[in-house]
Order: sequence, then structure tokens, then C-alpha cells
Amino acid sequence: MSITQGMGPAQVPAAVATADGDVTPPKRRRSGIRGSENRAGLLFAAPAFVLILLFLIGPVLLALWVSLTDWSGKGSPLGANFIGAKNYDTLLGSPNLQQRDLATALRNNMYYVLLVVPLQTVLALILAMAINRQRLRGKGFFRTAFYFPSVTSTVAISVVFLFLFTASGAVNSVLAWFGINGPNWFADPRGVGHLILSGLGLVDTANPPAWLADHDFLGISWFQWIAGPSVAMCALITLAIWTTAGTFMLIFLAALQDIPADVEEAAMVDGANRWQRFRNVTLPALKPTMFLVITLGLIGTWQVFDQVYLMSQGKPSKTTLTPAYLSFQTSFQDGKWGQGTAIAFILFVIIIVMTLIQRFVMRDRDSSRKPWWRRRREAALTGSDV
Amino acid sequence: MSVHRTRTAVIGAVGALTLLAAAACSSDTATGGTSSPAAAATSSAAGSATGSEGGGGSEAPAAGGAQLQLLFGSSGTAETDALTEAADAWGSENDSTVEVTAAQDLTQQLAQGFSSGTAPDVFYVGADQVANYAKAGNLLPYGDELSNADDFYPVLKDAFTYDGTFYCAPKDMSTLALFINTDLWAAAGLTDADIPTTWDQLATVAAKLNTGGAAGLSVAPERDRVDAFLVQNGSYLVAEDGTTITANDPKNAEALGFVKKMITDGVLKTPAELDSGWAGEAFGKGAAAMTIEGNWLLGALKSDYPDLKYTVAELPAGPTGTKGTLVFTNCWGISATTQFPEQAKSFVEYMTSTDQQMAFATAFGVIPSVESAQADYLSEFAANEPFVKGVDYARGVVNLPGITDVLADFNSQLQDLANADPQAILDSVQENLTAAVGG
Repeated sequence: MSITQGMGPAQVPAAVATADGDVTPPKRRRSGIRGSENRAGLLFAAPAFVLILLFLIGPVLLALWVSLTDWSGKGSPLGANFIGAKNYDTLLGSPNLQQRDLATALRNNMYYVLLVVPLQTVLALILAMAINRQRLRGKGFFRTAFYFPSVTSTVAISVVFLFLFTASGAVNSVLAWFGINGPNWFADPRGVGHLILSGLGLVDTANPPAWLADHDFLGISWFQWIAGPSVAMCALITLAIWTTAGTFMLIFLAALQDIPADVEEAAMVDGANRWQRFRNVTLPALKPTMFLVITLGLIGTWQVFDQVYLMSQGKPSKTTLTPAYLSFQTSFQDGKWGQGTAIAFILFVIIIVMTLIQRFVMRDRDSSRKPWWRRRREAALTGSDV
Repeated sequence: MSVHRTRTAVIGAVGALTLLAAAACSSDTATGGTSSPAAAATSSAAGSATGSEGGGGSEAPAAGGAQLQLLFGSSGTAETDALTEAADAWGSENDSTVEVTAAQDLTQQLAQGFSSGTAPDVFYVGADQVANYAKAGNLLPYGDELSNADDFYPVLKDAFTYDGTFYCAPKDMSTLALFINTDLWAAAGLTDADIPTTWDQLATVAAKLNTGGAAGLSVAPERDRVDAFLVQNGSYLVAEDGTTITANDPKNAEALGFVKKMITDGVLKTPAELDSGWAGEAFGKGAAAMTIEGNWLLGALKSDYPDLKYTVAELPAGPTGTKGTLVFTNCWGISATTQFPEQAKSFVEYMTSTDQQMAFATAFGVIPSVESAQADYLSEFAANEPFVKGVDYARGVVNLPGITDVLADFNSQLQDLANADPQAILDSVQENLTAAVGG
């Protein structure tokens, strides 16, 4: 061991020794070949490394710094006054307008995520399964058609949706065929949750029960938290599902084509019906893809900005306000850059926590991937080296 | 270990380099920001050099050899063309060049310019943003140095006065007035004598016009329209001094109550209810017999609804006979970091001169911001008298710094005015405004 000391990663000489049973001091070999390899490797990685530092890590750290200052938007933020966590305190600590705005934005976005992520994942999976069938005429056409919304510009789609969802637009005309008097979509701030509750006769939205109206969290009452997405937000939700399902369909399609046909055939031989094959063969095989799709969906939906910016700017009655748009508005319109970046970092924490929760829920339950404490205990029991 | 060490060293070196680069950038902008006198000195030296080269001669005016950058939010090609032409004319008179750029998103582009120290020399500033920019030190407070400073309407000067300093020159102005569809008016059996001058009359004619096909009155449910009623009732969100917050004044609640009653009576409808993007569209296509909008609607009606017959009247007065409207305006902001402050001021003086403002009025329908142009304007555009008269009793938008979110909140509450308690809305506005200004 005294030889290998100060020589670099301990496992390298160890591996060499066990592999050839050779006792040559590994020093020369390492510095001769491996050393230059490492240097070359670092050299090759350096441009990417510098770029990542400059354009990714740097801006993130700078934004974190801005969120701790009262930077006014003039000149470099490095010279701004450090004010500690005051921006975060304004947003989270005391009941005021800023906190209510953030809470409203979080509530809106929460319902947006809760509806968009499951629906777009299921829709993408259904579309992918439909296209993946062996005997399907015009496969290429359907693939293109389903993927088309994803490659069209958000601006164009948003404008089309604005027309579709006007009071006398196409959506309401179709609803009228069924005798439904459609709402004035983008001007309707009523929460769907409230509509359902009052429709069932459970609560009176004009006079909510005291236990809901009198308690509040982050400045807005429990009753406001259960409002659900507004009618206007539902139009945005439809838009999001329609545009992103195509992208995720493509990812699912790639994964479906990776499932070996003989596994499916084996299941058929075993007498599994279509549902059983889907439930016990296809779905488990898709698990890593599912994880990817849901993670991408979660991150994308928590950051929704462009549709809000283009279509509603948070209107009506702030029911389409989202944290990303609120952050933009606070920074650019109000000149409160510190508060705006603080909102962005609160959103960042939420996304991280959500992804971790999702990772935990979807973790592999195979024995090799058991949590470390169980692995260790089992290792101790069997005496094997894990 | 040595591999580790090399790696650490490389990481360290790269990190240090990045930091250095960042520091270099920041110190650049810092000098760009603080040492502007030096920069200005060199530029003026360069200016005089070009001046003498051009044979401009002995005492070249302060404006010489400048390369000004102008960023503005354009209302259309008419404005862009007129502005480019005027800028070229000023440039050739003063041995300078002006790069005229129409912004995609003015606020955002300006914000990027301010933070990187590359803001344009001259730019449009909305009355709602002036306090934010002034407070951050982005604006050159040149207002009182202009030779025509006393020519601007007082209410416009107030709009661009922050903390007692007149920051920038009003570009032009717009006021709200009452648009009346004359065909629907006649069909309802109304005559010129019925044009409303009081709230009661407004409610009465709106009810008469509110027949099947069209709403009596359509007003966007936002403070930029509804606030006019507050002014007509002798109050406003802030007192005349511009700083005392009077949002929860019972007079304001009474005014909002009047608007609410018109909504609940069904005579006032929002543009969205009439399937329109804004009140002008509802009025243009005949879905509303009356609307309260500004003079920008004149151009829109001319281009989109050329056959519509309409007339414009001053807004009705409140119960106490107080007239009231709102005035909207932009100013010619000059960047605090400009290298050519004197030339920029000369440019603004040229752009706000009586003749130039009349040229703009003809080109793209704005109303001059200087009193000396009033007579000329009225003789040429007699029908626009209600807008010009309005400036005498109008109030500008509230220009306190950092209140955009408060006003946005007020707007969102106004969208639900039909179901809300006016006093409760105003109490929350009072509380939020007080917190925003105090904190």
C-alpha cells in the first residue's frame, strides 16, 4: 500500500494486481498511459466544461444571488445590496399581496399539472399503442398527424385556440349540437372544483362553509385552494395536452418497438388475453419510458409560460396566473428582480421535490434495487458482500 | 492522488477563468455605467472633430456627430415611418445619425439594455413605468432643461414627475371619451339633446339603447376605463399630490357602485360578453351602442369599420357635476448612461416641437402634448375636441414605483365587480398600495 500511496485512485493498481497477478509497481504504467489519457480526456472535456460553467452554472448562481439582493435592474447585479432572505420572506413569511399572488399561481399550476400530466401520458400511450399495431394502414400518415401539433409553433396554435374557444367559437358550436350552452371560455374565472361542488349541492359558492372560508394557507383560503382549475384554465389544459401528447407518443412508440415480439408471443402461448398482455408484459417493459415521460411532463407543466404569456396573461381574475409568468411579470413589469428570481427558485424547489417524490413512487422494487438499509440488513444476514 | 490533484487544479483553473471573465464583464458594465462623464467627454471630442471636418464651423451646437439609438413601441407602420422620417430630418440638421428600432417587447428589451449597460439613448417610456425606471436610476432627469418645458400640459408633466423631478418630455397624449353609434342612437329615438352629461342620463340612455341586438354600453372591466368614474365623483386612487393614497374614499366606492349597478342592470356589458377582444371591436361591429375608449379607437374604426357612423362626446359628469377622464401618455426617455446627453435632449426638443407634433398628429392620429399646438390641432381635427378638452380635467395613471402588481390585482378584482362589494375591493387596494409604497 505504501507504494500506491499518492498515486491516484486506489482501485486502479489494485485491479491491475489482481488481474495479472503481477507485482510490478503500477506507477510507471499509470503515468505512462493512463496519465496522458486523463489529461487528454480533460482537455477534450474542457470546452464543454467551460460552456456549461459559463452558460448554465454561472447564470443559475447569479440568479440565486439576485434573489438575495434588491437589484433594481440597472448595471451588473454583482454590485447590488445583499438583503438576505428578505425576498423569500415577503413571498412566504407574511400575508400580503405578493404571497397571495404566489399562492394563487401555485394553486392554478397545481391543478394544471394534476390534469395535464396524467391525461397527456395516457393519451400518448394510447396513440402509440394504436400506431404500433402490426396491421395498420397508413401508419406513416397517423404518425405524422399525431405528431404534428408538437412541431407547430406555440404561437400559431395559441392563436387558433383563442378563436376555437371564443363565446361563439367552434368549441361552443359543437357543444350547442348537444344542447349544451358553452361557457365564454377565456373570460370565465369560475373554478371547476367549485362548479362541481355547488352542482352536487355540497357547498354554496356565494356563502362557503366557515371551516373552509376561515382557514387559510399562504394567504388564500382553503375554499380558494379547492377551487380547481378555472374554465379559462381548462382551455389552456386542453391546449397543453393536445400539443405535447404527440412528442410523448413518439417516445412511447420507440419503447414499444424495443419490446421483443417473442415475449409477447410467449404470453400469448401462455394464454394471456389482450388486457393481461398489456398489464403484465407491455406496461412493465415501458416502466423506464414511463418514468421519463412523467418526469418531463412534470417539469414542463410546472414551468408553463408561453401559453399564458400569449393567451391570457393571467386573466381572468388571475386564474391562469402561473409561477413562471408571475416571476416574469414581477421582474420585468414591476422591476422587482430579486422577488422575481425568488419565485423562480421556489418553483425550482417544488419541481425537484415533485421529481423526487415521483422517483420514490416509481422506484424499482427488484431485490437488486432495494433501499440500501434493506440491502445491508440482508447482506448481514447472508454474510455476502454486496 | 495526482490525478485527483490535476483534476482539481483544472476545475479550479476553469472556475477561476470563468469568474475572471464574469468579473471582467461586470467591471466593464460598471465603468460603462459610472464613468459616463469620461465617455461623454471623448464622444463630445469626437463630435467636435467630425463637426469641424464637416466644415460645420465654429460653435457647432451641442448636438454634433452623435449616433443615437432610438427604441420605441410602434402602433404600426405609419408611426414607424413618420418617426424614421423625423429622426432623419433631425440627424441631417445636426450632423448626427439616429438608428430607429421598433421594439418587439419594449419593457423587456429596455430591461436587458439597463442591466447590460447597453440601453438605447432615447426610448418610449409609459407613464406606468416611469417611476420604476426613475427609482432605479435608469432615466436622465432632463425635463426641466428643455426650452419648451412649460409648453406641456400640466397633467402630462405630473405623469412624468417622480419625487418632485420632471423626468422626461411627454410624447403625445390620449384621453377617454364617450363613443356613440349614431344609427343605433337614432333607432332608439334619441336626439343630440339626449347626449348624456350626467351619470343618470348615461344610465337612462344606456337602458334605452340596450335593445336585443346591442348592449347599451360596453366598457372593459379594468382600471384604465373604470377609474374615470372615480375621477368624475371627485376622487381617485391617489390625491392631487400624487403620493397620498385615497383608494378607500367612500366617493370611490359610490362610483364603483354606480358601475356595478349598470352591470347588474344588464346595460353595461364587458367586451368578452359581446364576443369581442376589446370594447372598440364590440363598438365597431355594432354589438354595443356606446363605449368609453380613447382616441386610438378613431384610427381603428377608420381602418376596420369604415362604414360605421358615430359621434364622440365628453364623458358625463358625476353627481356633483365634476367632469373627469383619464389621460394616457408616453414620454421620450433618455438613458442615464447615454454618451450623447446633449444631442439626445436636442433630439427630444425637435420631436416635441409644435410643428413636429402636428406632423405626427396628421401621420398617425396622436394628440399633441403641447398647449401651443392646441389651436392648430382643433382647427384641423375639429371632431376630436372632446379628447382635447378632456386633458383639462383628466387624471394620469398612478405613477408610484413598484405597484404594477397592486394595479393588476385591482384589475382582476374589477373583472368580478358584478359579484363583489365595491368598498371591500377599494379597501384591499388601499391596503396593497400602502404596503407597496411603504415597503
